[in-house]
Amino acid sequence: MGILSKKDAALILDPLADNNPITIQVLGICSALAITAELEASIVMAVSVLFVMGMGNVVISLMRNIIPSKIRIIVQLVVVATLVIVVDQVLKAFAYELSKTLSVFVGLIITNCIIMGRFEAFALANGPKRSFLDGIGNAAGYGFILVVIGFFRELLGSGTLLGIKVLGDPIEKTGLYAIGYENNGFMLLSPMALIVVGLIIWVQRSRNPALIEEN
Amino acid sequence: MSFKNKLHEIKEQLKGKKVAPAFNALHTFLYTPNETTHSGGHVRVADDLKRTMNTVITALIPVLLFGMFNAGYQHYSAIDAANGTPRTLDILGNFLTFDNFWMGALTILPLVVVSYGVGLAVEFVFAVIKGHEVEEGYLVTGMLVPLIVPVDTPLWMLAVAVIFGVVIGKEVFGGTGMNILNPALTIRAFLFFAYPTWMSGDKVWVHQAVERAGTPDAISGETILGYLAQGRGAEYSYSISDMFFGFIPGSVGETSTFLILLGGLFLVFTKIASWRIMLSAVLGALSMGLIFNGVVDAGWITESSKFYGLMSFAFWQHLIVGGLAFGIVYMATDPVTGSQTNKGKWYYGFFIGFISVLIRVFNPAYPEGVFLAILLMNVFAPTIDHYVVQGNIKKRLKRAKNSVAKTLNVETV
Repeated sequence: MGILSKKDAALILDPLADNNPITIQVLGICSALAITAELEASIVMAVSVLFVMGMGNVVISLMRNIIPSKIRIIVQLVVVATLVIVVDQVLKAFAYELSKTLSVFVGLIITNCIIMGRFEAFALANGPKRSFLDGIGNAAGYGFILVVIGFFRELLGSGTLLGIKVLGDPIEKTGLYAIGYENNGFMLLSPMALIVVGLIIWVQRSRNPALIEEN
Repeated sequence: MSFKNKLHEIKEQLKGKKVAPAFNALHTFLYTPNETTHSGGHVRVADDLKRTMNTVITALIPVLLFGMFNAGYQHYSAIDAANGTPRTLDILGNFLTFDNFWMGALTILPLVVVSYGVGLAVEFVFAVIKGHEVEEGYLVTGMLVPLIVPVDTPLWMLAVAVIFGVVIGKEVFGGTGMNILNPALTIRAFLFFAYPTWMSGDKVWVHQAVERAGTPDAISGETILGYLAQGRGAEYSYSISDMFFGFIPGSVGETSTFLILLGGLFLVFTKIASWRIMLSAVLGALSMGLIFNGVVDAGWITESSKFYGLMSFAFWQHLIVGGLAFGIVYMATDPVTGSQTNKGKWYYGFFIGFISVLIRVFNPAYPEGVFLAILLMNVFAPTIDHYVVQGNIKKRLKRAKNSVAKTLNVETV
């Protein structure tokens, strides 16, 4: 890593795997269950959170010495809310249909536990560069899991990926559907998203037993 | 050297190897191992886990055989009905015939084979990976699964559901005896939510009805609950005895309340299943049915209500249609997922019956709720037990306190 020191690189890489916000810290589950029925929505959500978190962490980090600690949560909320409104308006302007699918969940990025968590745990105590890397890293870790879940849910639940019918046409019975395959409706329901998250956690921990918590 | 000794020798050779659990499972399935305990104080009983499981399977065999006859009968009578010549039931004439049995066996045996094959394969894989002995838990589940699905369930769907049910319903919790949910019902719930078109409607209950749909040979068979849910209660022509003896469309094994009752008595007599759960579940279903009948009698809902059909259905008839009887006898009594305390069993069973009928009436999409009710109560069973045990502890502490106080009083006098 030429540009980044080893310590800085870890800020980005750790949340991708061994300190993943969803699978290890179990934060941000609500949106991971709610919007992952389609891959496209997952990707947009991941990018939105990436933007909000990267920017938010920098802003909070710059202001960290002047925020009175008693009202820091409110200040954090104002910062997130501002950024979320920017994202929301951009989506409405350039991807109206998608913003309808994501509906309330873009607004709810404000309450995404990961964002507040990183503000509190990291940005309030570190400089802007490191805060930015941490924000990007955590958002990427979150987004990665979102995309994985979205991939499986859309592929198995609707037989499509980004709206493209990769498995054939279910009504005209082409591709896999010709031999009797059917979409799994359970995949489109939130409980199955939770089970998919569980399976990812299972795979991750059996690959790296150090992650298994003691009882 | 006898075959048994040879097996024992192989077992010694495989000790410590990866495949040992898989071999041991086959070995103990065929013979009692040579190593038995000879000394020390032990309770010697005949009903080990395998024998318990086999007793339940024995109780299921009549239901399975009847299911085969009924699958054929429903198929041929649906064809006759489509041709405009409806049959009347004649037990020896057109029910217990080889044609019916052959048709049923050809459609149902593959379900049984897939259920056992896939389920046991998953169990073996997990046993080998985890290095423990293969557990017998799947023996009953494997038999229950084909009995609680529609006859024409595609085999690959069943296989997917079995893998899901065994892995997510059982293995992730630590295997047989540790599972929270009944694995067979987890499999059914998966099928129901994943492939709803294959689990409800008027096509899936009769063999070949799905593939014939839209052709001139189309046949169909709606369940009684299906008729009632659509407010078409007057259209079916099944008599009470048809419902009780099971000559009606439905999942493979659920139709014959009579044989299920016999199986239930057998399980109660052999002390495998809890009569408390069965009785209280029946009471629960009857009371919910009575409440609904009362609502109808009081005139609180009109005939135009979409719930009228099921609400006005005579309360005791709920017991002989749909999967209620099968669920109560074979699934609710699962010793692993049910309540363990005697008092808890009453609550657990009662709510299963009560909620089953409740879901049956109010579920708009699918007029059956037994599997959902049992899964729900599976989740609550540990809570019920917790309160029963805590209540008991409190009662005893109070009693002990009182008796201490009494003795003190006596001494002071």
